[in-house]
Amino acid sequence: MGMTMAEKIIAAAAGVPAVSPGEIHTVRLDRMMSNDGTTHLTVDMFNKLKHPVVAEPGRLVFIADHNVPSDSAKTAASQKKMRDFAKLYGIDYYEGRGVCHQIMMENYVCPGELIFGADSHTCTYGALGAFGTGVGCTDFLYGMVTGKSWVMVPESVRIELCGRLPDGVYARDLMLTIIGTVGANGCNYQAMEFCGDGAGALSVDERMVLCNMAVEAGAKTGLFGPDEKATEYLAAHGRKAKKPVFSDPDAHYIKTYSFDLGQVRPVVAKPDFVDNLDSVDEVAGTHIDEAFLGSCNNGRIDDLRVGAEVVRGKKVAPHVRFLVSPASATVYRQALDEGLIDTFLEAGAIVVNSNCSVCWGACQGVIGENEVLISTGTRNFKGRAGHPSSQVYLASAATVAASAVAGAIAKAV
Amino acid sequence: MGKVFKFGNDLDTDQILASQYLLLPTVEEMSAHTFESLDPGFPGKVKPGDFVVGGENFGCGSSREQAPAVLKALGVKAVVAKSFARIFFRNAINIGLPAIVCKGLPDAVATGDEMTLDLEAGVAGVFGDEGEERYPCTKLPPYMQNILDHGGLIAFLDDGAA
Repeated sequence: MGMTMAEKIIAAAAGVPAVSPGEIHTVRLDRMMSNDGTTHLTVDMFNKLKHPVVAEPGRLVFIADHNVPSDSAKTAASQKKMRDFAKLYGIDYYEGRGVCHQIMMENYVCPGELIFGADSHTCTYGALGAFGTGVGCTDFLYGMVTGKSWVMVPESVRIELCGRLPDGVYARDLMLTIIGTVGANGCNYQAMEFCGDGAGALSVDERMVLCNMAVEAGAKTGLFGPDEKATEYLAAHGRKAKKPVFSDPDAHYIKTYSFDLGQVRPVVAKPDFVDNLDSVDEVAGTHIDEAFLGSCNNGRIDDLRVGAEVVRGKKVAPHVRFLVSPASATVYRQALDEGLIDTFLEAGAIVVNSNCSVCWGACQGVIGENEVLISTGTRNFKGRAGHPSSQVYLASAATVAASAVAGAIAKAV
Repeated sequence: MGKVFKFGNDLDTDQILASQYLLLPTVEEMSAHTFESLDPGFPGKVKPGDFVVGGENFGCGSSREQAPAVLKALGVKAVVAKSFARIFFRNAINIGLPAIVCKGLPDAVATGDEMTLDLEAGVAGVFGDEGEERYPCTKLPPYMQNILDHGGLIAFLDDGAA
């Protein structure tokens, strides 16, 4: 029997001809990424090891993106620990250049690689056909010291996409719909593989939206076959596909879900769960206090174009703070060149630096008691963006921008 | 024997420890904010040897290892749930905090109950009207049990077991 992409990537990393779901294998990691959410703890643990060594510094990337720029003396101390460690061991280091996954996609990720990141949204890298998965800082430390780790081979789930999204409906609406259908733990421990003509039609940026939120369905990773769109993306960023991997035609999937893209509509995930799906029409008119356009899920140039188009010539509602954070410095510059930042500022938006911002509920844009945020971020758990009584709705860039102008949840026209 | 602190389904790591505390210098400082959104008194009430019990998909969301770490720092003996989100599960075992899948016990206990856990036998127990009710737990894969037996992945590494 053939193997899925996920199985082939793990088999290659384990140095064995074949693997099956449920097996545990020791694997060599192609690359590892850690951000300022936990690196200070990794460094502390490293310094207490009996044999503190870094196996291959060239495979590591450290990215400060969560609390950037630092918001307190304590944060500054934690980040200094990370910065100093990176310098000491010659580890690639970024600070204030964007959200970690966007930087990884722009500069490092290649098809067929096995990448561990100390961040749950590391599954984003499947948009280029890499097996990315989130781990904690102890796992990261182990990999940093030995160059290896262990993985249990996941079962694969086939997400069959057919057709094209209608005008005014985005990859973001599609992924919220998929999660609303399979459930927040519907793919727990599994690999979600996106297939079909509808998958092939999506751009790499759109594929990132889907893979990024695979973890919100409990999945270990999300994957697209690295087709010519992936090759073009890599070429545009100065890289080549070294070892692209595709699923065999007779690979085994534990389950298949099918989605007709033509039937997808603008949706929101209501508080406090990502699978609490509803149509924008149903919640239209819900009061909001803040709107956020950004994050590793939805802060790329396409999203900024969509948001800018919606607010062009209009004003953000007086009671609303509208935060815009381009996902990376590269995206920020492109948005400047295209005049999108001007459009946002003219409308009254607060354009902030490229970072995780309010999506992770600390550093900036944090909301207060009983306040409501509509966001292109990744999560809407209770209190995720601030006070435990506050609420978060997740939606597309178009819906977020339209809501910022209306002062209440609204569909873009 | 330890006291139960019971939580529901889909408990996410933001509830265990909110983002704003993740960059504090030490896990001990962070632990004062454990379960702040759900039960702000938790750090003062929980005693070493107590248990956290959850439903399905315990620990979903962020990969923050601080979530199991603050529970361990407060002396929680084990987390027992119907199922776990994978990153939390892996993190807990890696730091030497038993994360035990038990389908039957969570619905049979409430906060304040006394429970027992025999890790070797794989049995969780709770005292009810008719004596101790016992529920089977799912055994860890041997590879993970070995990490847990060492006291976590770092000890596993330091012992040269890797």
